[in-house]
Amino acid sequence: MDRSALPVRTTAGSRFLIGFVSDPRRWGVLVAVVLSAGAIWTALSAVPQAAAPDAPTTAPREGFAAPDFRSTLLGGGEIALSDLRGKVVIVNLWASWCPPCRAEMPALQEVYEAYRDRGFEILAVNTTYQDSQAAAARFVQEYGLSFPVPLDQTGEVSRSYLLRALPTSFFIDRDGVIRSVIIGGPMSKTTIQTTVEALLGGD
Amino acid sequence: MFPILQVGPLAVQLPGLFLLVGVWVGSVIVEREAAKRGLSGAVLSSMLFFGLVAGLLGARLGYALRYWTVYAGDPLALVSLNLKTLSAPDGVAAALLTILVLARRRRLPLWPTLDALAPALATFAVFAGLADLSSGNAFGAPTSLPWAIELWGAARHPSQTYAILLAVAVVVAVHRLGRRPAFSGLLFLAWLAMTAAGRLFLEAFRGDSVIVLGSLRAAQLISLAVLGGTLFGLHRRARLALEAEMRSRSAE
Repeated sequence: MDRSALPVRTTAGSRFLIGFVSDPRRWGVLVAVVLSAGAIWTALSAVPQAAAPDAPTTAPREGFAAPDFRSTLLGGGEIALSDLRGKVVIVNLWASWCPPCRAEMPALQEVYEAYRDRGFEILAVNTTYQDSQAAAARFVQEYGLSFPVPLDQTGEVSRSYLLRALPTSFFIDRDGVIRSVIIGGPMSKTTIQTTVEALLGGD
Repeated sequence: MFPILQVGPLAVQLPGLFLLVGVWVGSVIVEREAAKRGLSGAVLSSMLFFGLVAGLLGARLGYALRYWTVYAGDPLALVSLNLKTLSAPDGVAAALLTILVLARRRRLPLWPTLDALAPALATFAVFAGLADLSSGNAFGAPTSLPWAIELWGAARHPSQTYAILLAVAVVVAVHRLGRRPAFSGLLFLAWLAMTAAGRLFLEAFRGDSVIVLGSLRAAQLISLAVLGGTLFGLHRRARLALEAEMRSRSAE
């Protein structure tokens, strides 16, 4: 005999509950009502096909369009994120005084060299408003970084990406949609590589 | 949305902290509930602990298998603390399998064990809701209601707050049911039914639903199936309790 089926304690309330739940008629009616209500609610809250927008809303979050920005580059020139549409892009926000930023830069450089021919770009945005251009330049030289380094002089890029911790990296697909956000670091080479490889796809 | 708490030089990631506190509070509740039911709290919480560890290992191995060429070149990355390189479904499968094997080996009675877990699971849902609130995950659909919140580029339903309120209500209901449980299995099945019903209702206000079959929200279909299953399960457990009671009375 299944001893665990025995009532734990019998009171008037539990007696009523057992009676109600074990009664096929009364419980059956309740289940039918609950499940029909659930099915109707599911149908009512179905998402119409037209409601899915073609261009997702812009927000610094997975599944949303990456906020666009245009910045001057360290060493001259200018770049906009939208110029890179069609490529897989990492937007990495960093500062020269931030130890985990230092720690992950060599890995970013290695992955950049391995994948840039397959349509991959890195924008390593220096948060210049809380750093200095000279320190950024020394840093880039020290690590031999070959990807573009936009300068966020005013903090505008950091604000539009809701920067909370350094470093933060946004992995953006070929359509300009953010697919992964990594807050804090350092990221290992493996993390960067697997994420980039998934976004580049089998081509 | 308030994902990071700056404590001096420490940047504490709030969502993770909420989940951690949730696990801790949950395990305290499990031990207390187990004692009430004549089960060993230590056995139960060690089972959950091993489940958690197996879940983490499974999640990382599952992820590594998908990108095995990368991990073959850098095997140390297998033990990295990065939460992004985890595969959730593999982790859940590994955790459940481990818990099931351990429970069988320890000969834990199924329904009393599940009943002992229900209050902890209900409480954990509150912390999961707080984690979503601070990270901005599980966000709502755009709305023009007066209590909409500005999140991810739109005025949205505060879906995380809805979920927290529901979770608190479920905790209260489970607590009240647990004071005088009518039959074993009631607490767990009732918790699962309420959770499924709540998700079925609240999913309608989410902005990140997975859509299947053209326009239906997957979470609602799953919740509907779970709800049906648990309501049927409640009926069966109640019948068994009734029959057992009658048999023991006729034996007297």
